[in-house]
Amino acid sequence: MSPVPVERGTKWERPLPAPDPVSSMFWSAAAEGRLLIQHCPECGERQFYPRAVCVGCGTTPEWEEVSGQGTVHTFTVIRQNYARPFRDQLPYVVAIVELAEGPRMMGGLTGVAVEDVHVGMPVQAYVVEAEEGVGVPMWRPAA
Amino acid sequence: MPQPDRTPVIVGIGLSDYPKAPRLDALGHHAQALQRVLADSGVAKADIDGYLGAGGAGMMVDDPVVMAEYFGIDHRYVDGTMTGGSSFEFHVQHAAAALREGLCETVLISYGSDQLSRMGRRLGTGGFIQGGQHVAGPPQFEAPYGNSLVGAYAMAARRHMHEFGTTSEQLAEIAVGVREFAGLNPHAMYREPMTVQDVVNSRMIADPLHKLDCCVISDGGGALILTTAERARDLPQPPIYVLSAAGAETHWNISQMPDFTDTAASRCGPVAFARAGLTPADVDTIQFYDSFTITVLLLLEGLGFCKKGEGGPFVAEGHLRRGGDLPLNTDGGGLSSSHPGMRGIFLLIEAVRQLRGSAGEAQVPDCQVALACGSGGWLSCIGAVLLGKEHP
Repeated sequence: MSPVPVERGTKWERPLPAPDPVSSMFWSAAAEGRLLIQHCPECGERQFYPRAVCVGCGTTPEWEEVSGQGTVHTFTVIRQNYARPFRDQLPYVVAIVELAEGPRMMGGLTGVAVEDVHVGMPVQAYVVEAEEGVGVPMWRPAA
Repeated sequence: MPQPDRTPVIVGIGLSDYPKAPRLDALGHHAQALQRVLADSGVAKADIDGYLGAGGAGMMVDDPVVMAEYFGIDHRYVDGTMTGGSSFEFHVQHAAAALREGLCETVLISYGSDQLSRMGRRLGTGGFIQGGQHVAGPPQFEAPYGNSLVGAYAMAARRHMHEFGTTSEQLAEIAVGVREFAGLNPHAMYREPMTVQDVVNSRMIADPLHKLDCCVISDGGGALILTTAERARDLPQPPIYVLSAAGAETHWNISQMPDFTDTAASRCGPVAFARAGLTPADVDTIQFYDSFTITVLLLLEGLGFCKKGEGGPFVAEGHLRRGGDLPLNTDGGGLSSSHPGMRGIFLLIEAVRQLRGSAGEAQVPDCQVALACGSGGWLSCIGAVLLGKEHP
């Protein structure tokens, strides 16, 4: 699996995740360019976000690295948001990305004019290191 | 000796001042709604032995156990189910079961919010989670991206447009019809007539939802009193029967929505109709959660008023308008009248008004069956309540 590109040294002003005993693995792997989901060793269910149980059968899931390739399942262009720093970044795209491996995740989509985004658009992941050891996945159009 | 008739009924409704009540805080709205529901129902406060509420003011200000203390209610049954705006439809389901089971005899449900006066209009478009803040739990996988509450619903609207060709003009029709009813409600926040063009020309908030696809932000509160048909015989109002109530959840956070064009209405709707022995054709008016125009469209499809994907053409036919065969939100709804944060209780109150025949100019002729359907969270938790004028 080729690593997902990681941008370091960017000043991150947005809200941050509070890594917990399960999610810390996801955020720290992302900071190293590895995008993780979970799969269930019992029933095979794949899931995101990561949990301490499989949503299919309740078994403890295992981590699985994914390709960082996906398509836009749906999206919106945010044109009003009072919260800092988003109020200064309008308009921007928030997408639901369907991973090639199946599960979906929410993410920011950059590198494309907001009016050119469409459902079904192929996208690939990149990561912004938001603080030390915490990588936040983002998306841009697939090359 | 015949068994007492424990069929659950609504015997009282009360609304606090809306859409703007700068001198009331959340507790003040609860209190005013309580006084008005007591006056409406003829019930003595001392007879209330069940309380249900969803809180909402935060920091244990108006959680159910606090409200029981504040009101001085010695409850034998208490429930704090919080499913967002649909909480009160779930409460009716729970209260009805508790009354049938004999866990209590007289139930109060109340809600109060000073959303507009306290917070301004930030509910839908940020202002709660600020940059630099660390967000715990499942929302940590969404918070970094700056989605808004409006944006979550916009994602559903976008997907519906993609799959079924639904248009902004079709969605706008929903808001236009509700605005017409708002014109009949002297308390409604916005009463001037508007057109489909007004809606689609209004500012985009989160594509494809325009400003006028979105509900208002207001203050307001409400209360209901339920009891058994047996006890209702001694009370002044005609009892409104709870024919059935059902609820379901597909997800909480929007990124977890399994199908962006299908809500839990498609699970709880058939249950509600089957338990009441009714079909959508039997419904005379619908009071639906209209947080956004897309919310109504998805509820119509999920509950079986039209086929999945056909909500756009269906609403464009004018069924939901004043004088149509399925009038929607006859008080002006959340889109034009009031939305203090969790609007589900207003749907039930307006349904009762219609079934009592006391809706004035907005009265639906010969209204026998009303459906109140709440949507809570981000199209997450749907609760459907069928109410009737006649004993089931």
